[in-house]
Amino acid sequence: MSKSKLELDKVSIALSGKQLLTVDSSVGPGEVLTIMGPSGSGKSSLLAYIAGFLAPVFAASGGVFVNGDDITTLPAERRRVGLLFQDPLLFPHLSIAGNLRFAIDDRSADKAKLIRQGLDEVGLGGFEERDPGTLSGGQESRIALLRLLLSSPNAVLLDEPFSKLDSQLRAEMRTLVFTKLRASGLPSILVTHDQADADTAGGEVITLEH
Amino acid sequence: MLRWASHSLLILLTVPILLGTLIAILPAFGYFPTLGGTEFSLNAWRELIQIPGITRSIQISLLSGVLTPLIALALVFLYLASASGSKLDNWIRRLVSPLLSFPHAAAAFGLAFLIAPSGLLSRLISPELSGWERPPDLLIVNDTWGLTLLFGLIVKEVPFLLLMSLAALPQLQPSKHVELARSLGYRPTIAWLKVIAPSLYPLIRLPVIAVIVFASATVDVALILGPTLPPTLSVRVLAWFNDADLNFRFLAAAGAILQLGTSLLAITIWLCLEKLCAVLWRFWVATGDRGTGERLVFSLGRGAMPIVLLVITGSLAALLVNALAGPWRYPSALPASWTLLHWTNNFQNLLTPLLNTLLISVGSTFLALVLVIVTLESERQSGKLRSTATWLLYLPLLVPQIVFLFGLIVLTESMQWQGTMSLVIFGHFLFVLPYVFLSLSEAYRQLDPRWSQVASTLGASPLKSFWRIRIPLLLAPCLTAIAIGMAISIGLFLPTQLLGAGRITTITSEAVALSSGASRNLIAVWAVVQLSLPMLGFLAALTVPRLTWRNRTGMREIR
Repeated sequence: MSKSKLELDKVSIALSGKQLLTVDSSVGPGEVLTIMGPSGSGKSSLLAYIAGFLAPVFAASGGVFVNGDDITTLPAERRRVGLLFQDPLLFPHLSIAGNLRFAIDDRSADKAKLIRQGLDEVGLGGFEERDPGTLSGGQESRIALLRLLLSSPNAVLLDEPFSKLDSQLRAEMRTLVFTKLRASGLPSILVTHDQADADTAGGEVITLEH
Repeated sequence: MLRWASHSLLILLTVPILLGTLIAILPAFGYFPTLGGTEFSLNAWRELIQIPGITRSIQISLLSGVLTPLIALALVFLYLASASGSKLDNWIRRLVSPLLSFPHAAAAFGLAFLIAPSGLLSRLISPELSGWERPPDLLIVNDTWGLTLLFGLIVKEVPFLLLMSLAALPQLQPSKHVELARSLGYRPTIAWLKVIAPSLYPLIRLPVIAVIVFASATVDVALILGPTLPPTLSVRVLAWFNDADLNFRFLAAAGAILQLGTSLLAITIWLCLEKLCAVLWRFWVATGDRGTGERLVFSLGRGAMPIVLLVITGSLAALLVNALAGPWRYPSALPASWTLLHWTNNFQNLLTPLLNTLLISVGSTFLALVLVIVTLESERQSGKLRSTATWLLYLPLLVPQIVFLFGLIVLTESMQWQGTMSLVIFGHFLFVLPYVFLSLSEAYRQLDPRWSQVASTLGASPLKSFWRIRIPLLLAPCLTAIAIGMAISIGLFLPTQLLGAGRITTITSEAVALSSGASRNLIAVWAVVQLSLPMLGFLAALTVPRLTWRNRTGMREIR
């Protein structure tokens, strides 16, 4: 179980000379920082900056630290920062097991076993060979979460991950996601429009102005 | 590394063509050291203007150079104005890619076998309708003014311009604009011509100019359908070039430069026509007329395209019948019996050219594909859409083939490179590259960037996410690009002929060589082989992704 910490040191993002946001914050293990704000306020750009693929039209400054290590200039694939998008984005050409195996680091031992255990934990035991295209929305979201966890990240970013689910499923997924993240001791940043998301997350909330 | 490689795309494309064109100028003015020409002179030009019938040759080249794009473009625009969104349209959209893969030479042979005095069409109407008991004494194919040539070129270029228009149309949001114009009382076809046509034309202007250059300088189609006494300028240049007397090379060089001038003149005439059309169109729009001529546009647009399709289908049928025909007396519509003899007798001869064709098309397409993917990857990774000057990609289509190939020969002869397989593959690569780029870039740029982002947040290196995510997701467009590239290479005649120094034969070069004098059955066999190769390629491009992803429902939407 990793106990890591995510720090944003005066991170600020600007688009064509216009300052969008500045965030200076620290997220401890198992904590969730929620960022709320209208569309166009730069929330998603902040996540892209932390994950390492902010489009070059944006000008960004400030440091991102995980466990005290500066990851600001690392390429995205070496940052060990997981990201859940609005859509589950399961790779459509791979089976469920293929999707999960893609996330597991090459050196780790028994991939089949890790996958089996993981699927059991999210209530989808025996789904290994299924085609992602045949899953329901809720099942897809759970696989996406499992895939993220199997990539053993040091921090997690959530980009309105529940916004496309219907209301009952949304509540279920919220509980599942935050329970899992807390249990793994991962620091997370959640970007959302939905006050209920922030309430369930239960951490610090930053509200951006337009 | 990636960036360097992507620059090489432009260098590889532009340098040989510009250099070839420049070098072709030297022998035209007497400088050709390998042939003892070390001083500049105008002898070749003096000789050229005294060649009998040279003016007529230029006139025919100009005529097909201007009329082909004019008529083909008119047909495409009238069709789009009258049929957009109809059932007919859905049908034709699906047919247009396979039609485009029909090699020029095979299409020309098919047309000749369809409309010749003893061709399929004449047999179908004889003797009942026409009263002909013997083939009529008409010069239809190889007619003096190149009208059959013109007809063949139009039939072949309509699918090309249609495909280019269909690719450009979505960004203009045609249905929205036409609906707006209709709410102002314009009939739909008139609305399309007044609102969409003027913004569509600039987007397909380069392809149109490529059509002008091709139509004014084609060699293979002109050899098969064009006039013989005298032939078109390009055909004469090739004949001079192939003459056993090497001194004809100077004349050929001057002829090639004259060809360049002729194509440029055709483009100039076209640009004047553009201006004229713009003025006329502005008058027409200013009248505010909402419906006059609507019926005419409608019936022309809906009628002409099926006719073009029928001609192509008829040509295909004519080839197949001839390739399998036993004894076939005029005016019977069909042969008395069928035979595979033309095939079995020729099997041996087909083998080497077939292998060469495959080697050259696979080699040139593979090179082009690698270079195009590297360019698109570097564009993706830098995050900037580089406006890779699109017109540079069209360069191999904008300079008459015979001109820059001539220069390349002069250059490669001095390097002892001529007549080798590697040179022929490189020559084909120049023509394949633009098509591979144009066909793949759209799909590549439109791939949701989040797939790669997810992959990298899961710790996948750029290489891993390229091979394991992007290439599988783009399998279908990649295979289509390969099929298009190979189809282009398979259909090429002049690059094989000139760069291979006649030593390297392909199905196309052999088929065209047969045009003077071989039996129809024999020609038909070669033409059928020539056109089945690209068809097989497109079939594979269509079926392989379906089989590969048969258990992956999500991949249907990606396509």
